[in-house]
Amino acid sequence: MNGPHDLGGQMGFGPVAPEKDEPYFHAEWEKRALGITLSCGAFGAWTIDESRHARENIPPADYLAASYYEIWIRGVETLLARHGFATREELLSGHNLQEGAAPKRVLKAEMVPGALARGGPCDRPVETTPRFAVGETVRTKNFNPATHTRLPRYARARTGVVETVQGAFVFPDDNAHGRGENPQWLYTVVFGGGEIWGEGADPSLTVSIDAWESYLERL
Amino acid sequence: MHDDHDHDHHDHDHDHHHDNHYSDMQARVKALETLLTEKGLIDPAAIDAIVETYETKVGPRNGAHVVAKAWSDADFAAWLKRDATAAIASLGFTGRQGEHMRAVFNTPETHNLIVCTLCSCYPWSVLGLPPVWYKAPAYRSRAVIDPRGVLAEFGLALPEEKKIRVWDSTAELRYLVIPERPDGTDGMDEAALASLVSRDAMIGTAIAGSWKVSAAGSSTISAADSPEARP
Repeated sequence: MNGPHDLGGQMGFGPVAPEKDEPYFHAEWEKRALGITLSCGAFGAWTIDESRHARENIPPADYLAASYYEIWIRGVETLLARHGFATREELLSGHNLQEGAAPKRVLKAEMVPGALARGGPCDRPVETTPRFAVGETVRTKNFNPATHTRLPRYARARTGVVETVQGAFVFPDDNAHGRGENPQWLYTVVFGGGEIWGEGADPSLTVSIDAWESYLERL
Repeated sequence: MHDDHDHDHHDHDHDHHHDNHYSDMQARVKALETLLTEKGLIDPAAIDAIVETYETKVGPRNGAHVVAKAWSDADFAAWLKRDATAAIASLGFTGRQGEHMRAVFNTPETHNLIVCTLCSCYPWSVLGLPPVWYKAPAYRSRAVIDPRGVLAEFGLALPEEKKIRVWDSTAELRYLVIPERPDGTDGMDEAALASLVSRDAMIGTAIAGSWKVSAAGSSTISAADSPEARP
């Protein structure tokens, strides 16, 4: 979706502000926000793709005004309500008012090292062979779905070269919406700066994305 | 009668007695943690364990170790190029947001820069949690259109002839930049080399450090001054 998250090439956000010796957290609540988000993810009720979609659905004015962990909290609240773990009323009050859905698992402290070490690999076997070959010139599709996609706006309807066939991975555009993992081949596609940004682009610039097969078409 | 005690009798089940002015987010997140704990959905000790992991165990030094090994072991560097996930896992760095790794090597011709314009994908297993600037709109919006301008804000001025390759992390591959090995580091062991590699050098917003000139004017290797560099 063309949400506030899709920031590549937008202007007006001012300079980057590197912070010397930046701490991992700037407030105690950020630590809890990280832990709550990962703990709720461990329920097994939603995927990382659905979680990203919940965040990109935050209204633009709120999204752009929010710090990153605030975006996470807004996202996880949406997911908790959607999947029946907590009602909006409970989320507003902070109190347990009724029994909700039961998760597949609750992350206990002793499970944390194993869970973090395992992560969530997204590569999957597929029976098809890759449709595009390394070195092939391809064009990204021009689409504007209201649903989740990982093809950024700046890289739509652009011509680039397949640099690498990365293997087959879960397809986020389906997986975010409960339509299954439907893995597809994934390609690293490289674009010249001029192809993306046109007149005045930095001539020494190339940009690559990782694009699922259905994002691409043959020229 | 003095009323000092009257305003201070509620909601103080913790140690911070002066800490009763929560910001909005502190209050919101505290309410959420309380609710989920009451419901038996989360274990606050698990949250402590997650935070402790990223504060003390998983951080940029993992990545620096990978880079130093790549600099000093050609076979490892080749493995890293071919299959970064396996090569990095062989050093014990695996897991969340590092399930699928790709190492990209800076060369005299090309400088690599990593961004995630769509969210803030970042290789947690080798660099830990991302800094705020990496997640903020200024970096995410400009890294793909004006990387030289972004690098200048980090104090990094690349020669004009140096090409810039920006990698947008749009899938589950997580990127680690392998900076160029600094000149004058031939005799250094891996630990000393690792001390030359900053987090930013592994994102591409800095280069790896090497020599510094002492006040007396003689060159010394900065790592030699670092406690980390000593065996």
